[in-house]
Amino acid sequence: METMLFYFFAFVAVATALLVITRRNPIHSALWLVLCFFSLAAVYVLLSAHFIAIIQIMVYVGAIMVLVLFVIMLLNLSEKELGDAKPTVLKFCGVILSGIFMVLLADGVKVLAPQAAVSVDEKFGTAEMLGRLLFTDYLLPFEIASLLLLTAMIGAVVLAKKRR
Amino acid sequence: MQFAIQWLVDKFSFLSPISILLLISLMFIVGTVVLLLAMLYEGLGTYALRKIGGDIQVRIGPNRVGPVGLLQFLADGVKLFLKEDIVPTVVDKKLFILAPFITFAASCAAFVALSYSDRLVISNLNIGLFYLLAISSLVVIGVIMAGWASNSKWSLLGGMRAAAQIVSYEIPIGLSLLSVILITQSLNMGEIIRSQSGGWGILNWHIFHNPFVFISFFIYFTAALAEVNQTPFDLPETESELVAGYFTEYSGMRFGFFFMAEWGEIFIVSAIAVTLFLGGWQLPIINNLDIHIYLKNLLQLGVFLGKTFLLIYLMLWIRWTLPRLRVDQIMYMCWKVLLPFAFFNIIGTGLWLLIFKGKGIPELVIQLFS
Amino acid sequence: MLNEYLPILILFIINIAFAVGIIIFSHFLGPRKSSAEKLSPYESGVPPVGDTRIRFSVKFYLIAMLFIVFDIEVVFMYPWAVIFKKLGLFGFVEMFVFIGILLIGYVYVWKKGALKWE
Repeated sequence: METMLFYFFAFVAVATALLVITRRNPIHSALWLVLCFFSLAAVYVLLSAHFIAIIQIMVYVGAIMVLVLFVIMLLNLSEKELGDAKPTVLKFCGVILSGIFMVLLADGVKVLAPQAAVSVDEKFGTAEMLGRLLFTDYLLPFEIASLLLLTAMIGAVVLAKKRR
Repeated sequence: MQFAIQWLVDKFSFLSPISILLLISLMFIVGTVVLLLAMLYEGLGTYALRKIGGDIQVRIGPNRVGPVGLLQFLADGVKLFLKEDIVPTVVDKKLFILAPFITFAASCAAFVALSYSDRLVISNLNIGLFYLLAISSLVVIGVIMAGWASNSKWSLLGGMRAAAQIVSYEIPIGLSLLSVILITQSLNMGEIIRSQSGGWGILNWHIFHNPFVFISFFIYFTAALAEVNQTPFDLPETESELVAGYFTEYSGMRFGFFFMAEWGEIFIVSAIAVTLFLGGWQLPIINNLDIHIYLKNLLQLGVFLGKTFLLIYLMLWIRWTLPRLRVDQIMYMCWKVLLPFAFFNIIGTGLWLLIFKGKGIPELVIQLFS
Repeated sequence: MLNEYLPILILFIINIAFAVGIIIFSHFLGPRKSSAEKLSPYESGVPPVGDTRIRFSVKFYLIAMLFIVFDIEVVFMYPWAVIFKKLGLFGFVEMFVFIGILLIGYVYVWKKGALKWE
């Protein structure tokens, strides 16, 4: 059952990701991306990373996709501005490059010795567990994250308020 | 749900195909029942809205269909059902059709994670509250889609306004709920409610725990009003300036789904407030009753729904009383009033818990006199 | 644990199936008398003027950007709140620093007038 569900969601994730890059209309791409994030969240749930799964939906679908949609509407490219389809040479190069990347990636994954499935305890992947790690062992990255967010905030204001 | 599963596990060996089949069909039945009940509530909600509106404005309200107009919602439903299905020519067809489904599915999916009584929990998620927040943030996607796909100026303006407003008010909501989480140390809806039981009746409810949580409740309620686009924050769908906002171009059942989604959200935000601040399904009298467990659960369900409907009534009361705010006032309210207060409340609650070692006001008062 | 997520998936399926079913049903039940006027976008009764897909003000972008930043902050605070009593004073100081740094940004954004909706 779990394996079946995994294959189903993995397939949906890959298929929607492909749709994201092949659609001409940017809004359609963005909405396929939403579905892609959803299936990723489902895969997280299957890995019993519940908190991460919910964050995936809350931050990526609920926040970042809203920004992406806003930006697409902000630019509001018409069919003419989108330009003609890319020339075949470029597409061909893209396919070859991504093929090379896939081979490299597969090579990298191969290095990881196959491990037997580890069963995790009930608490794994919950907010408590995540918090305990984040606020003891990984305290410094957490505080640095606040600096990162501060930078993002200032950056947004500087960009948007430039010509005043 | 887990009890049903447990029963099945005991009855059959878990992995037998019969048990899995039974389990899945059981879930389908439960899901359908949840959906039907949700729709019944949504129908009655519209009736209550109009009746209360009538009362407040000294009108009669719906009174033709059925006794005191009670069947009005059925008539409305049938009317929507039999309307012509209009998809304007200039719309982005795929997105236009998809948008109401997304909004409807997102608002219905939230019903699963609530804790309706001690045992009546459909999906006992350990991150229940977080799930609710995440799933309700999905509505925005449907709203933007509807606004953009309609290719009408009213829709687009309404959709953009709605999106900006809903996302802005999600932050005060997230922050104000945090002060309760600091006390309960759990995100599970059932556990949050159980942590509000104790010897002092309603004084055990988190809203009376300390002054900061008390303020948090009002921050939450205000932000929740904006989150579900209720007056005085109904800017996205102001019928007197934007026609109907992001669903201007929708008619018939497609409009009906947006409408039902709105009522679903109203229920969810009220139920979250009841669960976190107002003791959920607990009422001191019922807690101490010595009756059969099923009866008790039924009573608890009644208490939970009663409290939720009271909050919904409050929302409707506000809706029929207050005038609408301006866009800039709404943004001011969110970013410059609610947000700083919410931050202040979190730090305040944290300090309170450290200083008084996790005790609330009722406990401290009792200690003082003993 | 997975048992708890199955109802959600199933409810999603039922919802979508139900909604699609109703739409199809009502599509065939309702009258079908369409005309060019009926199928044009509503613009208070007059023929639509100009293009709908106007460019939007940058303030929407700004709101969305600030929302992401604060949303991530809220997400960080939930795991903290859940184990707050175990962390004690140490945890409080940690979060105080975190919020403090972000409050600097908040004050900056406020002073720059980015929170003002013109």
